[in-house]
Amino acid sequence: MERSTPSSGISPWLFRYSVLVAVATLGLVCIGGLVTSKGVGMAVPDWPTSFGYSMFALPISMWMTGGVFHEHTHRVWASGVGLLVVLLTRWTAGHASRRPLAWIGLTEVLGGLALMGVNPLWRGEAHFLLGIGGVVLAAAAIPVRNGPAPALPVRLAWAALVLVQVQGSLGGLRVVLDSWAIGGTTGGVVFGMIHGCLGQMFLALVACLALSLSPWLSLWGRIRCEVPGARWVFLGTALVFGQLLVGLWMRHQHAGLAIPDLPLAYGQWWPRTDPESLVRYSSRREGVDVITALQVHMHMVHRLQAILAFGTIVMAFRASRHHPGGHPLRRLGSAWIILVGAQFGLGIFTVLTDRAADVATAHVAVGSLTLVVGCWSCWAVLAHQIASRRVEPFVPVPSLPQTLPVQ
Amino acid sequence: MNHSLKFAASVAALAASSALAAEISGKIQLNGEAPPAKEITPIKGDKFCGALHTKPVMTRTYVVGADKGLANVAVYIKAGLPAGKTYSAPAAKPLIDQVGCVYEPLVSVAMVGQTIDIKNSDPFMHNVNCQAKVNKGFNFAQTTQGQVNPRVFDKAELALKLICNVHPWMAGYVHVFDHPFFAVSDKDGKFTISGDLPDGKYTVEANHIKAGAVTGEVEVKGGKATLSLELAVK
Repeated sequence: MERSTPSSGISPWLFRYSVLVAVATLGLVCIGGLVTSKGVGMAVPDWPTSFGYSMFALPISMWMTGGVFHEHTHRVWASGVGLLVVLLTRWTAGHASRRPLAWIGLTEVLGGLALMGVNPLWRGEAHFLLGIGGVVLAAAAIPVRNGPAPALPVRLAWAALVLVQVQGSLGGLRVVLDSWAIGGTTGGVVFGMIHGCLGQMFLALVACLALSLSPWLSLWGRIRCEVPGARWVFLGTALVFGQLLVGLWMRHQHAGLAIPDLPLAYGQWWPRTDPESLVRYSSRREGVDVITALQVHMHMVHRLQAILAFGTIVMAFRASRHHPGGHPLRRLGSAWIILVGAQFGLGIFTVLTDRAADVATAHVAVGSLTLVVGCWSCWAVLAHQIASRRVEPFVPVPSLPQTLPVQ
Repeated sequence: MNHSLKFAASVAALAASSALAAEISGKIQLNGEAPPAKEITPIKGDKFCGALHTKPVMTRTYVVGADKGLANVAVYIKAGLPAGKTYSAPAAKPLIDQVGCVYEPLVSVAMVGQTIDIKNSDPFMHNVNCQAKVNKGFNFAQTTQGQVNPRVFDKAELALKLICNVHPWMAGYVHVFDHPFFAVSDKDGKFTISGDLPDGKYTVEANHIKAGAVTGEVEVKGGKATLSLELAVK
């Protein structure tokens, strides 16, 4: 692997590789979204095997059948992302990562063997542990000459390693515990929602890891300026995350079409949810599933929160225009407003197209990107605020004025 | 002498069983205009499923026949059966077939403990995902054409949903009862519940997957009764 460059301590190839991992993770989120949109999450009933085959040996003819294509592709892609993240951790943490990785891998292999002995019913989970433990051990064996990156990216890389493994386990539990009754619902719904939520958080984490390995972060830390509208950035990011959670709930509770019209809802600003009204709403559906009051209310919360998030990001965008052209907060503000605008439109389009799977998945993907840009914006704001509070003389950045004017 | 005794005993047994064999028949009608069936377009879009059909496959939410007769309604005795009496499951095995990427029949009925055969008649795989609320759910794959998997439900439960996630438009329903007095209405809404049912008053329920349930009272006299029920479009 690439030796660290002496100037920044971070190889540009490591940064490029981290971008590749982030893009692969976004692809994984998209495929996962498609699996839920199409309702094919249980097309492969077993895990970590697929119809009794090793995941990587499933015959193509079976893989290409109906919803198996999406679900199995999600699994294989996820395995690829897992492998990429293990290697990213090894590279980011440098030669010092050999021992901890070896211990983690060994523990997982031993845990898998123990699990197999404890209960044959947990054989799938045992095989999963053996598999990822083997990959981690193999990564530990790779000779790496570079030293560790700075502390922050190293911490983020270790967090990504933990999260990718937890996320893989949750995806498996979503399958094997699908029919378990948990709190009035099923294991499939509960673990599916946790899996979806963690997927968004994992993407944000990997995107932040890529940022921490980028040459821009050190630049941000040297720009001293006032940051007007910082609260809009933080509030907007929190609202986007909350919006993703509500959307996640809706997707797993089939509430996406609880209200089929807009901007009004069943002709009202807030629809009635008395039993007669609910029967009337359900009768408009082609399927036999009834619409519940909770589905209606959550759908309305999603709409309301969308307006709040949009308004907040507009405010953040306006504040970002106070910075001169080329300023990172200005660029992020522009990207954010474009994304949230597209996301708003996709939300409307999702309802108008009767929740077409492709449109609903695009809604998930753009929502994920909106969260990523929100997280980057928060980081940029914090970096600038910290830089501005420093008492030591800062190093001027040639491309930007030392103190940026606030209009 | 021996033969005469056996003959007499057989006649007596037959007479006794005839006395108990009863029949509740009738018709389920739909009140209101059912929304028109729509084409299940994903079938056409799936290269495997689409190849099995020459005509559009339509939804079967409301199947209305002659004189507003409503098909696919589970009709069963809800109350009035002798208290404490238990019934043994019939030996017959209802068949739920996955053929042409739809469930046939759409609605099945069975008794607790009765074996149901679930079959894949298509030349490619399906999975059978049972989303039970009272019974234990299951999900298994049927990868080969002609594969049959028997399943038994051990608790009474209405409208157990079976879905195929490989082809997510596929859904079938099973109603499971703790007695053998049930039927499914045919294409004209007609049904017949038969069995060893003593004369008396019973509450009969008609349960449709979309229109919901309606009950009616019926009195079986001399082993016969008729009942018509009406379900409203929902």
